[in-house]
Amino acid sequence: MSACKCNAHLDDPRAEKLRQIITKYRNTNGALIPVLHEAQELYGHLPIEVQKAISEGLNVPLAEIYGVVTFYTQFSLMPKGKFKIQVCMGTACYVKGANSILDKLKEKLGVDIGDCTEDGLFSLDVCRCIGACGLAPVIMINDEVYGTLTADQIEGIIRKYQERPV
Amino acid sequence: MDREMINITIDTRKIEVPKGITVLEAAKIANIAIPTLCFLKDINEIGACRMCVVEIEGFRGLQAACVFPVSDGMVIWTQTPAVRESRKVTLELILSNHDRKCLSCVRSRNCELQRLAEELNIGDLRFDGETYRLPLDNFSPSIVRDPNKCVLCRRCVSMCKNVQGTAVLDTNERGFKTIVSPAFHKSLNEVPCTMCGQCITVCPVGALREKDDTDKVWEALANKELHVVVQTAPAVRVALGEEFGMPIGSRVTSNMVASLRRLGFRKVFDTDTAADLTIMEEVTELVHRIKEGGKLPLITSCSPGWIKYCEHYYPEFLENLSTCKSPHEMFGALLKSYYAAKMNVDPAKVFVVSIMPCTAKKFEAKRTELAATGYPDVDVVLTTRELARMIREAAINFNELPERHFDDPMGEASGAGVIFGATGGVMEAALRTAAEILGGKPLENIEFHQVRGVEGIKEAEIEVGGLKLKAAVAHGLKNAGQLLEKIKNGEAEYHFIEIMACPGGCVNGGGQPIQPSYVRSWLDLRAERAKAIYEEDRDLPIRKSHENPRVKMLYDEFFGEPGSHKAHELLHTHYAPRENYPETDKN
Repeated sequence: MSACKCNAHLDDPRAEKLRQIITKYRNTNGALIPVLHEAQELYGHLPIEVQKAISEGLNVPLAEIYGVVTFYTQFSLMPKGKFKIQVCMGTACYVKGANSILDKLKEKLGVDIGDCTEDGLFSLDVCRCIGACGLAPVIMINDEVYGTLTADQIEGIIRKYQERPV
Repeated sequence: MDREMINITIDTRKIEVPKGITVLEAAKIANIAIPTLCFLKDINEIGACRMCVVEIEGFRGLQAACVFPVSDGMVIWTQTPAVRESRKVTLELILSNHDRKCLSCVRSRNCELQRLAEELNIGDLRFDGETYRLPLDNFSPSIVRDPNKCVLCRRCVSMCKNVQGTAVLDTNERGFKTIVSPAFHKSLNEVPCTMCGQCITVCPVGALREKDDTDKVWEALANKELHVVVQTAPAVRVALGEEFGMPIGSRVTSNMVASLRRLGFRKVFDTDTAADLTIMEEVTELVHRIKEGGKLPLITSCSPGWIKYCEHYYPEFLENLSTCKSPHEMFGALLKSYYAAKMNVDPAKVFVVSIMPCTAKKFEAKRTELAATGYPDVDVVLTTRELARMIREAAINFNELPERHFDDPMGEASGAGVIFGATGGVMEAALRTAAEILGGKPLENIEFHQVRGVEGIKEAEIEVGGLKLKAAVAHGLKNAGQLLEKIKNGEAEYHFIEIMACPGGCVNGGGQPIQPSYVRSWLDLRAERAKAIYEEDRDLPIRKSHENPRVKMLYDEFFGEPGSHKAHELLHTHYAPRENYPETDKN
């Protein structure tokens, strides 16, 4: 496992917010998933320090939390980019050439699935059907959807985000 | 309790069974075998593996017998072409990415998967699936985890989480990449694993096994410079026979001692002698704490799985632990001091092997604080299973050996030492001595049945020399946790508590012979083996620790009295809190 570059140490200001999230759900049944969602919103991902804090706070074994985090693709152990790219690999997108879109993204960004670019701008992930099969193949960048794509459109799309003011 | 009975038909056989039981249980009553893999009664009933499917008239598709409840008038078919084909395909798919190295697998001939393949007549595999090879986790001194042999039955997960309450193993990732492992793919050595080894005893295959230390013992035995001695725990003698085809609960003390002689150990000692010593020290400690207002309740410290659990999960109780080392560690210290001097052997050359029903004792033996003489008290710990492997390797015909007895000078033990092997045994042994020491007169009845048996938490109030001694016994770590919570919350108060990590105590330890689900689901191993322990106790001429002449001799010649300075030096230890998931730099 590669080293965590997120600085998610529990003495940073987010730690207090995490404690509040845990306290809010402490006595609720089935609290784990909502807590993980909110914690991921706070930190961008779920590193071991965060999972340990949740484990202690909710009194749920760390092994169980890790099992849940690694089961659902929505949760991530690795930091995500400012722009989260999701390539749909659902059946329709797959047969319409999602693989070539994915390959192009890997090539242009220089990262593999699940990774984040060095500058922290883009992360690349695959997902199952996002419900836009009519537009296949589809990718999502944060909340924006790009449909009926071809591989040669990728470069332009990436540039658009690179040029966006931070 | 009268249960409502219903009528069902299984494979044309009409039977009456209690309402609410599963199809699998009903079939068992009808003496009809249904193959299972993930099922382990009361521990893992999740219907995950689909090996036990049956046809039930009126229901679409096949149903998992292990979780499907029977209802009145139900007609069940366990051997139709559809059932056979489904089971076979399921098994072939499980086998398709299994690391099929049966020839060199420690579980060969004691593997539930191998047996299923034989029973279901699997020939050439039709599917040679993608394989997924992962590294072996062999960093723990006690347990080796081989994910490539795992069939994802989740029996270990249930055991670790629901029975032991430790929950260091869980199912991670999903789909083809699903893996049972500790969080963040850490080693079992880096997580709050107590090393109890219960996961091993429920694993149907070779995915979990003990760290094999037999080579170290063979090497020592071949080294002419060393004086190699061995000691055996009480629970080993009532289980070792199972490895050689004997019925569960067979007592094989003599065969075991004779085998150890043939393997070449200089002396074969009985850990029970040290158990008697433990009782003398622990009862002295108990009386002292009660009289001087020391920390109560006093909690036993014989079970290294429990000790590690306490260090990880309940450090606030560390002061309650008896400072007594566990019996085999006491014995080791004694062998490298008193015995070495008596035999005129350099303690550096005394090599102590412990045969234990336990995997946690492998970890315990490596604790640096357990080296009273400057040398480790115990050099190598072997489980009952490893001893069986050595006996087979040496081609010893275990079932036909001359009668042999333990060696002196420390060969004689009391029945109190023997019952250490079953839950409640240490408590009962302590009560036999405490009651006589505090009461000042011999007990009329030395059997304390209140603390025997397989109930998870047992309580007893015993009149001991004018004091109403409140005692509790817990076995299985989840039960231990529950008992400690009650004490923490002020809901219960005791003077003395016995805790054993393994359900049933040492007789059902993580190092004991492995019985498959189709045996242990229908017969209580804990009770069967404990029965043999109590028989052994009843047959011994001396049944109280303080009446053991060897123990008296040791105090007269060597220690002076229980709790003396010398006894503390050699026989006592200390504990420290342990971090649960220490930060490791694993870049």
